Amino acid sequence: MKNIPGDLKFLSSHEWARVESDGTITIGISDHAQDLLGDIVFVELPEVGQALDAEADVAIVESVKAASDLYSPLSGEVIEINSLLEDQPEIINSSPYEDGWFFKLTPSDMSELDNLLSPEDYSEVCED
Amino acid sequence: MKKTPLHNAHIQLGAKMVNFSNWEMPISYSSVIEEHNAVRNAAGIFDVSHMSIFDFDGGNQVAFFEKIFANDIKKISRDNKAIYGALLNEDGGILDDLIIYHANNKFRLVSNCSTRDQNREWYEKHAVEFGVKVIERSDMGILAIQGPEAMNKILAIKEIDAEANNLESFGCMFDGDRLYAKTGYTGEDGLELIVPNMAIIDLWNQALKVGCVPIGLGARDTLRLEAGLNLYGNDMTINNHPYESNLGWTIDMSDKNRQFIGKDALLAIDQSQSQKMVGIILRDRGILRSGYEIIHEQGKGVVLSGSFSPMLQSSIGLARVDKGYQENGKVFIRNKALNIEFVSPRFIRKVKMQP
Repeated sequence: MKNIPGDLKFLSSHEWARVESDGTITIGISDHAQDLLGDIVFVELPEVGQALDAEADVAIVESVKAASDLYSPLSGEVIEINSLLEDQPEIINSSPYEDGWFFKLTPSDMSELDNLLSPEDYSEVCED
Repeated sequence: MKKTPLHNAHIQLGAKMVNFSNWEMPISYSSVIEEHNAVRNAAGIFDVSHMSIFDFDGGNQVAFFEKIFANDIKKISRDNKAIYGALLNEDGGILDDLIIYHANNKFRLVSNCSTRDQNREWYEKHAVEFGVKVIERSDMGILAIQGPEAMNKILAIKEIDAEANNLESFGCMFDGDRLYAKTGYTGEDGLELIVPNMAIIDLWNQALKVGCVPIGLGARDTLRLEAGLNLYGNDMTINNHPYESNLGWTIDMSDKNRQFIGKDALLAIDQSQSQKMVGIILRDRGILRSGYEIIHEQGKGVVLSGSFSPMLQSSIGLARVDKGYQENGKVFIRNKALNIEFVSPRFIRKVKMQP
């Protein structure tokens, strides 16, 4: 069984979203995703201030083997990016839910959270 | 999907398996970068039993290879040696790249996995006039043990004739039906063991026992890329000739009387006008991938293979570009023009490419 924290919401394309106490949303990729990708060697992040649509491709994550798109689980505005990933993208492999977060946004429509998968539903996606 | 005799061993080691030309093969066991570094710093073992193996019986085998092989088989046909080169069609297009081994008056040929049927038909068609019988050895597989400590590890494996430790680069020897050869696809020291399927599991287990790290096809690709070794299907296809594929050095026309397939087409090529295959290093952040477009002061080009180099800690690739390139150019990654440097494809220089 993969490591799937209970306080997160997911897209079936393996992105997670966490609602922080200040109402902002942190976005990253799941443990399952980093395992599928293998060694991550490059990440291209959105820019602070950029407006995002839900499920639009907003970042690129590249492992040794291939490049993959990252989709934003929610619409909103990017308020912070994890600049640590620029020099140490391998953090995504070692800490996908904590140090390896991608970016934070202020959501434009919190009700979009209801469209996301619960940890239980996401774990079924990973089983397939 | 086809499986090698080591399929269960890979599963037991927790390998991620992928479909590679209809063979179920391990892409990695732990991490591609860790496996890559194990080969650069110590010793790794690869199951490459998906490759095609052919033996030959009877007839005039030297004359047969003189005709179908663009390198000159006479370089090795009196020695216990291996030779790398290309199989060309009449138009000079590359049908495949391959290694022919010769020892104890026997030839054995190893070519790619995806070209198996095409090559068998090609060999059989051209073997007739020389009275040569083509024998596909699907009862055999290949292990590669590679790395700076590979030969020490091999010495510790009792199953392997100790004589194998005396082989020089591209040297080879038969031990019964087993062929031991100092060849590889990593740029490192080491052997390739072309052995009957029945012997493979035992050899694999012994190699693991003496400390060889199992290496998947993921690291095999980054290792060969750092060594500047072409991958058929990526870096060259039937639509490419050797001079634009960094294989000019394998075309041997020194014997004026030798009429090999594709020779006339190659003679008609103006090499000074040909595109060239070069190494590229990305000087900005990002990863080079196959298909990305390149420009330089006097022309354009395309990335053929691209990945991350654990040794250089940046992205490297092989590219085919118009002549007239200088030191620097640009590559387009997702509509952004990033800086590349043109270099020799031999990103690392450790082992000789030919005897």
